[in-house]
Amino acid sequence: MDKKTLVLGVIGADVHAVGVSILNRAFLDAGFDVVNLGVMVSQEEFISAAIETNADAIMVSSLYGQGELDCRGFREKCDEAGLKGILLYVGGNIVIGKHEFAEVEKRFKDMGFDRAFPPGTDPQTTIACLKEDFHLN
Amino acid sequence: MRPVLLIDFGSTYTKVTAVDLETEELLGTAQSWTTVQTDIGEGLAKAVAILEEKTGPLNFEARYACSSAAGGLRMITSGLVPELTAEAAKQASLGAGAKIRGVYSFELTEDDIEDIDEEAPDIFLLVGGTDGGNKECILHNAEMLATCKSDFPIVIAGNRSAARACARRLEGRDVHIVENVMPRFGVLNIKPAQDEIRQIFLKRIVEAKGYTKAQELIDNIAMPTPSAMMQAMKLLAEGCENPDGTKEKGIGDLLAVDVGGATTDIYSVCDGMPTDMNTVFKGLPEPYIKRTVEGDIGMRYSIHGIEEAVGTAYVSKLSGIPEQRCRELIDYLGSHTEVIPQGENEDELKHLDFALASGAIKTAVTRHAGRIEEVYTMNGLAYMQSGKDLREVKQIVVTGGSLIHTERTGDIASAALTDPADPYSLKPREAEVWVDRSYILAAMGLLSAYEPAIALRIMKKELKKEQQ
Repeated sequence: MDKKTLVLGVIGADVHAVGVSILNRAFLDAGFDVVNLGVMVSQEEFISAAIETNADAIMVSSLYGQGELDCRGFREKCDEAGLKGILLYVGGNIVIGKHEFAEVEKRFKDMGFDRAFPPGTDPQTTIACLKEDFHLN
Repeated sequence: MRPVLLIDFGSTYTKVTAVDLETEELLGTAQSWTTVQTDIGEGLAKAVAILEEKTGPLNFEARYACSSAAGGLRMITSGLVPELTAEAAKQASLGAGAKIRGVYSFELTEDDIEDIDEEAPDIFLLVGGTDGGNKECILHNAEMLATCKSDFPIVIAGNRSAARACARRLEGRDVHIVENVMPRFGVLNIKPAQDEIRQIFLKRIVEAKGYTKAQELIDNIAMPTPSAMMQAMKLLAEGCENPDGTKEKGIGDLLAVDVGGATTDIYSVCDGMPTDMNTVFKGLPEPYIKRTVEGDIGMRYSIHGIEEAVGTAYVSKLSGIPEQRCRELIDYLGSHTEVIPQGENEDELKHLDFALASGAIKTAVTRHAGRIEEVYTMNGLAYMQSGKDLREVKQIVVTGGSLIHTERTGDIASAALTDPADPYSLKPREAEVWVDRSYILAAMGLLSAYEPAIALRIMKKELKKEQQ
């Protein structure tokens, strides 16, 4: 079976480069093709990369608290660009302040993300979710 | 004496340059009208006759030629995402010396096919998708191209998983499959496509465009003229090895401007990637030797493009001519493209040409150079760079029929430098200016394929340093 392709990056004006490198390695080790866009990635760049590489999922990382603003309208733009139904994940310090994560998760799911992950999530948790959503093994 | 003849079949003039390989001297240059309608050899014979009037009869041991006659190498490309594979296709074509007549992205429509048919390009470059990436777009476009009435060679340089299927959809046409211009995301691989384009240019285009009879006169039509320019610039920047193993030094990273009557070409030879930790690079990696062509910027045919880009006020300020008069003169020159500064209006036209050339260079170099943006992040100030950073380039080479005769070329070239009014444009901070007074760069690019060290030494001798 063909490898699944993930487009990965840190959204917005966020320069946190370490986490995304760890995720890159973990996803590669788990057998995915990863297109790592690095830091300071705009929605448009995620989408262009996903179109060109025929990606199966877009993995958005955000650590500086502005993730909610950066992610607004992402799903709608994907739909507009012909990426209907592409898997959208987001994770990290995605909102400012202390909130129940369940509430945060709901907010992102309402925005059209398939999954949202709190700070400190083990990459293996995310990988397990990917496998489930792709119906792998 | 070991004379060699270097020929440039241009769209208007056939230019010939003779050099002596023994003394490494420029023997002379001459030009005559290009004669594509009848036999391109006629114009060549005339140019050589004019040359030999100056130099005496020469027994050439070799003849090499480049060409941009009969419209040059006209190409159309199609890719998927505009700033990704479509941009890669454009870079590949420009780097192969093509004149780009159209860049399409996403799926070609029936209207697009009509336009392509009308243009009937010399070569079509079909790309799209990384290897293993999107296939639908390139397959769709191959299918659409199959409906074209005109027949032109098609180079397929897209997603390798779709290449053969594309070729099958284009059965009966002259199809060439090469490696993907973007095999992985963000990786530019344009050389295989360029090599194939050059092969096709040599074989098919040259034959089709009335060169056949001249072929006996010359040993080798080696490349399109812009490729010869790129070869010359690479050699001049990098230097090369002498036959005895010693190094013939180049002048280092450079920016070259070629301002013509209809278009302005800019070349840069440098890495141009970010050099500090706080700068994040965005977009496709930039080619080390980059060529851009501004079709709307030129000293005569595209004179209104310059005025539009910089504004009449700029032209008026630099020339010292009132705006109303500038407009009159620009309209006049746009329809009398052969006029050069002489006769009763000589001074006025000189001042105007000075301002126009400055405007042309300012516009074309700004479009060629990268840009930087300040971004405030939680970790402080960071920069986002797109395109090439030319700030540390210290050499500017000036060529082009409309510039080498002008005075104050050094001042004109300073229009290529950083402008305090636009600090985010990554243009050179300060540079030495070299002027191609004898107009030999393309010829030296040709010669560089055979005698690089000699070509380099002649360039270093003939290019004149100019004070700013």
